Formats: sequence, C-alpha cells, structure tokens
Amino acid sequence: MPLTDSLRDDILASVPSLRAFAISLSGNGDRADDLVQETLLRALANIDSFQVGSNLPAWLFTILRNLFRSDYRKRRREVEDADGSYAKTLKTQPAQNAHLEFEEFRAALEKLPQDQREALILVGASGFSYEDAATICGCAVGTIKSRVNRARSKLSALLYVDGAEDFGPDDTVRAVIGGSGG
Amino acid sequence: MKDVKPKSGLNAEIQSRIGHQLRAMYDDVVRQGVPDRFAELIRKLDGAEAQAQIAGDPAAKTEGGE
Repeated sequence: MPLTDSLRDDILASVPSLRAFAISLSGNGDRADDLVQETLLRALANIDSFQVGSNLPAWLFTILRNLFRSDYRKRRREVEDADGSYAKTLKTQPAQNAHLEFEEFRAALEKLPQDQREALILVGASGFSYEDAATICGCAVGTIKSRVNRARSKLSALLYVDGAEDFGPDDTVRAVIGGSGG
Repeated sequence: MKDVKPKSGLNAEIQSRIGHQLRAMYDDVVRQGVPDRFAELIRKLDGAEAQAQIAGDPAAKTEGGE
C-alpha cells in the first residue's frame, strides 16, 4: 500500500520496540540503532509490498531480524559487548543490587543460542503470539514453542540452579549445553 | 493465581522471575521512545527516497548475500 500518514505514524510507533528487539539481539546500542535505521529505510522502500490489514510490527520485525542475520553472518563475533555498552544505553541506572542482577541476566541471555534468544524475546518481551513469532523467524509454530521452552530452562539453569553451591557455574553451563565439547 | 502444583512451585516462580527480568530489560529501551533521528528519517522520506538511500549507501547493501 502507499505510504499514508497513518502508516507513517504506525511505523514510528513501532520504533521503540524495534530498538528494544535490536538491542536484545545485538547486545550493542550503536549497532542496534544502525539496524533500526536500515530496517526503516527498507520498510519505506518496500512499502508497496506491505499488505493492508496485515501485522505491521511483525512485518517490521521480520525485516530487522533478516538484516541482523545477514549482518551477523558477515561480522560473526567481531563486535562483542565487552565494555557493557548495552548497559550504557539505559537511561535509568538501576540501583547497585538490581544492577548486578540485571548484568547477570543479560550475560545469561547472551549465552543462549541465537535461535532460542530471539524466540524468547519475541514471545516473552515483545509480546508476539507464537504464530507471529514463527512468521518473523520463518519457521514452524512448534519450533518456536520448543525454542522458547529450551531458552527458559537454560536461563533458569544458568541463573537459579537447584543446589547451585554443589557445582560451579562452568559445570552448570556445560551440563546445560550437553557437553558439546567446545 | 497460586494454583500451580506444589512440585512445580519453584520452577513456576523462577519462570515468572525470568519473564519479569526479560520484560524489564526490554521495556527499559521501549520507554526511551523514538529518538529524533528516526522521527526525522520517517518524516522526510517516502518510498522512492528510501530506495535511493539504500542504493546510494554501500554499507546498506545486504541483498544478494543469500
């Protein structure tokens, strides 16, 4: 459909959640904003292919995810968030304890495989249905469900293992990953 | 709302905590709203201009990679 004012407004309204998604994917605020910018350019350039009445956020998230994927393949792990640039993008600095817990959570999230992390974020944070998340990721609904479940159990193992005092985090991570042998 | 089975109580609590942290992290960014650069970009550009921007920016080219 043509780019109407109301479509423009709707795209603009999606920007905050596109940024949140981009930051959770890339772990890097600057790169995330570049991803969002590129997503918006592509969305506007291809606005004719957007179907009236279909899910605009899902369409935009699909573009962003595909861009991230192709970009990610190119860069691999070239850009790590070693200096916590993610935390710097946050305006409200959490209090000390909360901050520590937040950092732990973020670190655990980054340990998840890409597929599981994006599925968990789309369903658990962006609020997409399993069906929409499956469309965005180009896979079956059942695949999304199992990715989300695996992501949740992995996170709970990383963050809150029963009897965590019995073995260190490294053993836990190895156990969770299933001895993939590095 | 506490109708979970006692055995899964811990797990349910952990899952709700994970869900809460995930949303807190995400919403912290969402609450920052729309940065000016994006508001301006969308206001200024129409489809044709966006196409020209992508074509004119080598860094923006990701097509043909698949």
